[in-house]
Amino acid sequence: MNHAYGPLPRKEDARFIRGQGTFVDDIVLPGMLYGAILRSPLAHARIVSVDANAARAHPSVVAVLTGDDLAERGLAWMPTLLGDVQAVLATDKVRFQGQEIAFVVATDRYAARDALELIVVDYEQLPPLVDALTALDSGAPVVRDDLPGGNRIFDWTAGDKAATDAVFAAADVVVGCDMLYPRSHPAPLETCGAVADYDVVSGKLTLWSTSQAPHAHRTLYASLTGLPEHKIRIVSPDLGGGFGAKVPIYPGYLCAITASMLTGRPVKWVEDRSESLMSTTFARDYHMHGEIAATADGEILGLRARVLADHGAFNAAAQPSKFPAGFFHIFTGSYQTRAAYCEVTGVYTNKAPGGVAYSCSFRITEAVYLVERLTDMLARELGLDPAELRMRNLLRPEQFPYTCPTGWEYDSGDYPRALQLALDMAGYAELRREQAERRARGEYMGIGLSFFTEGVGAGPRGHMDIMGLAMADGADLRIHPTGNAVLAVSVQTQGQGHETTFAQLVAQELGLSPDDVDVVHGDTDRTPFGLGTYGSRSTPVSGAAAVVAARKVRERARLVAAVMLEVDADDLEWLDGMWRVKGDPDQALGIVEIARAAHSALELPPGIEGHLDASAVYNPPNLTFPFGAYICVTDVDPGTGEVKVRRFIAVDDCGVRINPMIVEGQVHRGIADGIGIALMQAISFDENGNCLGGSFMDYLLPTSLECPSPELGMTVTPSPHHPVGAKGIGESATVGAPPAVVNSVVDALAPFGVTHADMPLTPANVWLAIQGRPIRTDLAAS
Amino acid sequence: MKITVTVNAADYTRVVEPRLLLIHFLRDDLRLTGSHWGCDTSNCGACVVWLNETPIKSCTVLAVMADGQRITTVEGLAAAHRLDPVQEAFAACHGLQCGFCTPGMMMTARWLLDSNPDPTEEEVREAISGQVCRCTGYENIVRSVLWAAKHEGGDHSTGGDTDEPRLRAAPP
Amino acid sequence: MQVPAHVEYEKATSVEHALALLSRYAPGARVLAGGHSLIPMMKLRLAQPEVLVDINGLYGLRYIERAGDELRIGALARHADLLSAPLAGEHFAILHDAERVIADPIVRNWGTIGGSLCQADPSEDLSAAFAALKGSMIVHGPDGSREVPARAFHTGPYETVVGPAEMLTEIKLPIKPGCGSAYLKVSRRAGDWPVGAAGAAVWLSGNVITDVGIGLTALGAAHFVAAEAEEYLRGRPADDEVLARAGEIAAQHCRPGADQRGPVEYKRHLAGELTTRVLHVAVSRARWQKAPSSRARETAHPRRAPGAPTAPAGFAPDGKNRHHIGRESDPFPGGHPPYPPR
Repeated sequence: MNHAYGPLPRKEDARFIRGQGTFVDDIVLPGMLYGAILRSPLAHARIVSVDANAARAHPSVVAVLTGDDLAERGLAWMPTLLGDVQAVLATDKVRFQGQEIAFVVATDRYAARDALELIVVDYEQLPPLVDALTALDSGAPVVRDDLPGGNRIFDWTAGDKAATDAVFAAADVVVGCDMLYPRSHPAPLETCGAVADYDVVSGKLTLWSTSQAPHAHRTLYASLTGLPEHKIRIVSPDLGGGFGAKVPIYPGYLCAITASMLTGRPVKWVEDRSESLMSTTFARDYHMHGEIAATADGEILGLRARVLADHGAFNAAAQPSKFPAGFFHIFTGSYQTRAAYCEVTGVYTNKAPGGVAYSCSFRITEAVYLVERLTDMLARELGLDPAELRMRNLLRPEQFPYTCPTGWEYDSGDYPRALQLALDMAGYAELRREQAERRARGEYMGIGLSFFTEGVGAGPRGHMDIMGLAMADGADLRIHPTGNAVLAVSVQTQGQGHETTFAQLVAQELGLSPDDVDVVHGDTDRTPFGLGTYGSRSTPVSGAAAVVAARKVRERARLVAAVMLEVDADDLEWLDGMWRVKGDPDQALGIVEIARAAHSALELPPGIEGHLDASAVYNPPNLTFPFGAYICVTDVDPGTGEVKVRRFIAVDDCGVRINPMIVEGQVHRGIADGIGIALMQAISFDENGNCLGGSFMDYLLPTSLECPSPELGMTVTPSPHHPVGAKGIGESATVGAPPAVVNSVVDALAPFGVTHADMPLTPANVWLAIQGRPIRTDLAAS
Repeated sequence: MKITVTVNAADYTRVVEPRLLLIHFLRDDLRLTGSHWGCDTSNCGACVVWLNETPIKSCTVLAVMADGQRITTVEGLAAAHRLDPVQEAFAACHGLQCGFCTPGMMMTARWLLDSNPDPTEEEVREAISGQVCRCTGYENIVRSVLWAAKHEGGDHSTGGDTDEPRLRAAPP
Repeated sequence: MQVPAHVEYEKATSVEHALALLSRYAPGARVLAGGHSLIPMMKLRLAQPEVLVDINGLYGLRYIERAGDELRIGALARHADLLSAPLAGEHFAILHDAERVIADPIVRNWGTIGGSLCQADPSEDLSAAFAALKGSMIVHGPDGSREVPARAFHTGPYETVVGPAEMLTEIKLPIKPGCGSAYLKVSRRAGDWPVGAAGAAVWLSGNVITDVGIGLTALGAAHFVAAEAEEYLRGRPADDEVLARAGEIAAQHCRPGADQRGPVEYKRHLAGELTTRVLHVAVSRARWQKAPSSRARETAHPRRAPGAPTAPAGFAPDGKNRHHIGRESDPFPGGHPPYPPR
């Protein structure tokens, strides 16, 4: 019985409902200065000169850093997480609109903003490369003339080409489609920022920053700044959302650090929303061509894909280093297939760097979108119901563990059960009847399905690292003499509720109340090393570490309890939250008493030095594989192209649920993401490289009026390797929801002959699709 | 320019530039950091506070416009150490995750319930439609407001909502 | 967040005082009302006035009243005031239709009618609504006041007839019996500026359209008006083919621009589609003015605008229901005709 699991209200709420959270911009230190960044208005230009003299003369300005100033310190360029380099402040060229040119430090934020206008930059404009599809053409503008490969970053393949080609050649039916997963942005409500405080006396740098991976950042800053790592402290205070936007190290952070070291004063830099949208890590931007091969009666035989990945001006995608295209090759999805093959080519363009962000599980969003769209198109081609086609091809429970043709070992799942539950909840047959009736009346509703398998909880240290740092995470658990526990973890919540769920995990293992377990996170001085929170990895990796540490504590407690009860350790069993003598359960001791005893004069057994504390570093043996079945119902007005999402049914399986209330909250969010991504969120560019999604007036986010009340269901297939069987849920719905929405709209438009339409399905794009004249959604309309 | 603003029932007199935005006055001058900012174009609503009992987006109002007026922020929502039912509701119904949009959402919720004590779900969604949340998908925010409407009188005997089960489990 | 450049500030104590300040500091002075058009521009530094003349203390300019056969709206009335004023909705449903989809409830609390009109954004919904209603604007200046027809108020994008030392003080809407009006807007998301919108006011005698006003927003219609479509409709019966033809004419004569909301061909289509649809609704309302609930196709959706506006006496807290026309299960109220597939 899991006494501590359940829909516990969150411990962290107490401060937030009172407005007493501490976010980076809330931090004020004595003598603190404010930084502001001058950014390039041009997408591609040579920098002829940067004249900051007038800015330096401004009475409130303390310092101005330019690319040349940083170059003198070897800081003008920094390594990216994928082996490339990125400019901190541009020296030779600017390579995207919004790129950082100079950093002003002033006594107040308004003066810093004013001083930006006093910096004179002379640019020599160059033709920009905006259309990724032309990046490899001869004569295309070269973004990275500092590299030998032109605009090509990498070519990467997965799967067996020959076997796949053979399967396709012999198949009855092949359906192919070009589809774009447009560039979007995670857009957490709190933008990125930092307060850098370098103490010249102690030589210690304290950096409060919006970081999802404070320890990894600390290690990176050590090599970037030359400061020894033990003299760097990173503190992630409360974070107002992350969604991958707060994984990278941004130029603004480094500028703030440099400025603090130069001035000897704390320096705060917080970006505004336009800066965030134009320069911090974007997400997706995959131009995909996918094909699905099947028999005439709907057995899926193979999948293949060719992808052009637009990485922007620097290859700064944040993902395990051996996977330049992330986990995209999981694109066979949740179906049995005989063969699969994919090729991904990455290219540079004159746009902001990034690519891996926004709950993508390292490109699984792109993979699932591709396979779920193709599956629907196959169903249409064969005249089969899309639910029936999926049910026919879903992996069966007895097939697990299943190794898919591109090498992923899915370890557990009961897919048909989840799909059936979703269909039942939706009243699928009734919806199809309603659809037919409405079509007869000239009304267009759509029913879209999506079935996804996630691969999260990166990952096994043998083949997953970021910049050479293995993706294993630690947990330190201390038990005080009075029996309260303090758990220090390496992951960093940005709203996911770790202070509550991790307390529940430990409380469950030790028979404590979650109120008696405090969770410490975000301060590298107080927590063990780990790679941080993204890719839904906190529960699978750090949660496991917490459980392992707690079980170590419990085993130590067993030894102490045996002494206290004067029995052998083997005579004790853990039952209902206490160590009890087998056969005499009333002879029992709980952790509270045992902890006190461990600190007392009791003669301690061998192996116990004087406390129960324990720590663990968890190296996950495999990813975990949450999955789900989603159904979206939309109504489309063909006269205007407007789409309304009427219902959204989501069945999720994330293994054992520690706090169901928190799990549901994560799913709610991902559904909203799906609606936004499918219908309105996209960052496009005009032919001059101007970013057309640089504010919330243009980069539209869904409101309460676009998101229906979701209908949630669940199945539970415990993870076979996670200590408590949990799998992680944070990104599932962002992965699974967009294809459900798109499938729904395309389904609604079937009577018009529409077989595919690219996101975002704005009213204009829907109407154009109906007319048979779709336009590219990544470029400016004309 | 010298202004006197009453914030959460206390008077503050400060000298400010006319261009100072009200949100910065509250956060930077008065150190009331419970209200936040999240955009440049008056879209996100993280900055919502009350100006004379009416919610406004304080990033789009100058501090000088608040001279002689009353401002209420999230710090003034609780009264004498007792949380407002709206605050209790958000905690009871998981109406927040990262907490960044929460103060603005609660100020709007309080205003809605003051004039419409029994709103429909649609009315709640309409009331918060000018404010962005990136974490909750709005569902639990809406539930929180409806819960607060039911529990204004201080009856907290029911924890989260007690309507039909919100989650369906698969049959065994 | 982006912040404005340096600016000076004066608080007006009367209309005369405001005009004197505008005169003294012209052309670098701007009226500051709700600030929800001006301050965002100042933050982006697209507008850099030298002096702001704050008129928020001029409570006498914040009213919505009937005077004889006119509805008069003070320039300082907030959008929320207009949305929640039963008087406005009773005579001109188009105003409530439009206000309901302007920005969001919080912005509507503070942004003013006058401010929005003077901002003169080609996507401003009220500009089209007032044009459809053939209203007029009262502009005060150093030499007194003048009345300008709504259709002549805007001289181009972000340009009006209001001079640097003048101020808009009132909008007047003539009330003539037999009017039905409506506003329909397509946007990419709630609260977004329109992709395109159409407002219509129709006066019927029997089934004949005796007078009509059609305002188009964000669709490149000169002065926000679909003049040719109006010309066509006057004197014709309010039949389906006539209303459809009017839509075609409106589409033909507007000149929309391409942007992220859509290409030209789509917006031109929208001009026609929305004009036809909004005419249908306006005509229905004109036919059934006093008893809308008796129509089988209507559904009443009781809605209250959140909050009572805090204002001096003259505003009653809203309590009126608002009526949608359309089938209950119709997600797109507006009674659009069934759409045949290609």
